[in-house]
Amino acid sequence: MSDEHNTMKPAKGTTRRGFLRQTAVAGAGLVAGATAAQANAPDPLIVEQQEWARAFGEGVDATPYGLPIKFESDVVRRNVEWLTADTTSSINFTPIHALDGTITPQGCAFERHHSGAIELSKADYRLMINGLVDTPLVFTYADLERFPRVTRTCFLECAANTGMEWAGAQLNGAQFTHGMIHNMEYTGVMLSTLLAEAGVKPEGKWVLVEGADASSNGRSIPLEKIMDDCMIAFKANGEALRMEHGYPARLVVPGWEGNMWVKWVRRIEVGDQPWETREETSKYTDTLANGTSRKWTWVMDAKSVVTSPSPQAPITHGPGPLVITGLAWSGNGAITRVDVTTDGGKTWQEARLAAPGQKMALTRFYLDINWDGQEMLLQSRCHDETGYVQPTKDQLREVRGLNSIYHNNCIQTWWVKADGSAENVEVS
Amino acid sequence: MSKSLNLTLGTALVSVLLSAPAFAEKLGLGRVAMPEEVAAWDMDVRPDGQGLPVGSGDVLTGEETFSANCAVCHGEFAEGVDNWPKLAGGAGTLDQADPLKTVGSFWPHLSTTFDYVNRSMPYGNAGTLTPDDVYAITAYILYSNDLVDEDFVLSNENFAEVVLPNAGNFIVDDRKDTEYTKFSAAPCMENCKDTVEVTMRAAVLDVTPNVEETLAPVVEVKQIAEAPAAAPEVVVPATAEAAPAAEAPAVEAAAVEAPSAMAAADPTLISAGEKVFKQCAACHKIGDNAKNSTGPILNGIIGRAAATVEGFKYSKPMKTAGEDGLVWDAVSLDQYLTDPKAMIPRGKMSFGGLKKAEDRTAVIAYLSTIGG
Repeated sequence: MSDEHNTMKPAKGTTRRGFLRQTAVAGAGLVAGATAAQANAPDPLIVEQQEWARAFGEGVDATPYGLPIKFESDVVRRNVEWLTADTTSSINFTPIHALDGTITPQGCAFERHHSGAIELSKADYRLMINGLVDTPLVFTYADLERFPRVTRTCFLECAANTGMEWAGAQLNGAQFTHGMIHNMEYTGVMLSTLLAEAGVKPEGKWVLVEGADASSNGRSIPLEKIMDDCMIAFKANGEALRMEHGYPARLVVPGWEGNMWVKWVRRIEVGDQPWETREETSKYTDTLANGTSRKWTWVMDAKSVVTSPSPQAPITHGPGPLVITGLAWSGNGAITRVDVTTDGGKTWQEARLAAPGQKMALTRFYLDINWDGQEMLLQSRCHDETGYVQPTKDQLREVRGLNSIYHNNCIQTWWVKADGSAENVEVS
Repeated sequence: MSKSLNLTLGTALVSVLLSAPAFAEKLGLGRVAMPEEVAAWDMDVRPDGQGLPVGSGDVLTGEETFSANCAVCHGEFAEGVDNWPKLAGGAGTLDQADPLKTVGSFWPHLSTTFDYVNRSMPYGNAGTLTPDDVYAITAYILYSNDLVDEDFVLSNENFAEVVLPNAGNFIVDDRKDTEYTKFSAAPCMENCKDTVEVTMRAAVLDVTPNVEETLAPVVEVKQIAEAPAAAPEVVVPATAEAAPAAEAPAVEAAAVEAPSAMAAADPTLISAGEKVFKQCAACHKIGDNAKNSTGPILNGIIGRAAATVEGFKYSKPMKTAGEDGLVWDAVSLDQYLTDPKAMIPRGKMSFGGLKKAEDRTAVIAYLSTIGG
């Protein structure tokens, strides 16, 4: 079995096409192998002593900071190269098809840069608060660590997640259709705490946040949201942020589009009007069919996707017990329910939530079925605590037209074939 | 603001759940920001002109400044190169398929252009333009969009008078009214439809073994990443979609084949040079699979005649320099990297140069390890 596992994991450079073919072959082998073992001979993995059961494994300190075992080397972020002109202003995708639970490990959480990920040390870090405040202030990183601290888990979804799918089913894999998302447990300081230190003047209504990188990625955020639940985070999943996620400190804006979560955050300015920066006018606005565009579309509406089975995670075991699983989230609050269909929406059943939904955080769902080996049209549909139900793509197109890019939270369909492979499709 | 009841209620709950810190007195942490510090970082410009520096620039100066600093990515006429953003054109396309969103056709406020150019451009060399440069470039972008005449001069004084054509066509997020009620009905659970048809398939990977050679269909993929990517639609053959290629090792692989001439270079210096090279890497690719990008590939640059990378469209001055016998070696590269525009006036490279001699020495040592 370990050998088959090895052949299933492609080297890093293997194409997805190659990976899927290998997976399908290995999958067939697994089923056949298990059957053969049952019929003919005892399993050598059990009756023969294995090398790992005889000799030493690695000692402690072999890897001072541990990395995933080599068999998991395909669980990596992936880029779609032709989407952007250069990797310094680009995006890659979280391998959600291969993860379970809800926390995204930092090392495979998607990246989005506007002028590359910068190396900014704690010693060189400064955070300035200025504008309509009683006292403009400068904090060092050490200062931040002395404020009362909070810890909270939040999803971050890029507004463009699933954006390539507006015109039709396009990319074949949950990683590529829905992988501009991650979910981490953040530790940091509430912005309300920091702003109280500077003293916000009564005429202050908006805040500009900007990063220390060359793009600066300025965004305007209403003061109300800033004071409500925004946080300057310096830890994620218990450890320091990774460089690519804004080390040593980034903004957390629960439930709102990822572009607002300014990385390497260096300045917070209080003002009386929005700034209308590039990132909130020329980008991250939503053009409707009549040519007008919505602005300030900050909230990420409720959305879900089946992560397995899916095109990059085909069924490899044949008919019988099958775990269908996926993720659901809402920027308007907690997920309360997820429905799953295996027949393209004729009949739905309620999936099991791994844990009660948390506000603005990923929720894991499972549906355990006895697969008859026939093809399926798999979809998931989530509900949040406001009563909102995830719409179909047609419902969204009806309101917004076809020229949208951002905020596509439609129901996703995977066509699972009898051989266990799956494809991204749209259905009537 | 419009978040009203839901958010307020939500917040109350969250506060209870979160055990947020008790409302704090001031802790006396941090220090007062000095006026010079605020001035250094607070460069932003707002729609009403707040924050504009004093200065001015005209279209013709802007054309030159744009050509020298911006055209390498955005094109001489702001029409965009490759996947880099188009800044001009697109008027009247917003209600059509594949709208072209430019400063002229889409951006609502001129302050956005000034602010972005001033703070974040030129790409890879941000914050190096003077206020007058930025006024001139902004004036030229307006001119490229047929919004002003060629004798137009933009300054902090007339800035607020410029109204962009699409300014009135933005509405504040209305999903609450147009979508939320529509998408809140109790959904069907059984007998929801009689038939289900697959109406569209991702142009796909065939997972059946032994059909890899089958010609893949062409997939049209909507361009999402807003960044420098401008074109809303890219047509790409499905084969290119095998994204999971590992790229990183290319550099190290190439580094092994060091040409003997400079093979004795100090490894510490080479590794320092590799770091410096990050400033170049956005435009110049190296390694086995390198392709010309904004700049030419730099494999084997040491010892090569200038302007001789196949397939790269050099500026005239660079071509002439090559024809006149310029060869890239440690000396000529050092001179070029000190101040590119001084050595090759009106060349394409918008990079301002490496001011520190040790950075130049290091990056040249590194480049000498990148074989052709």
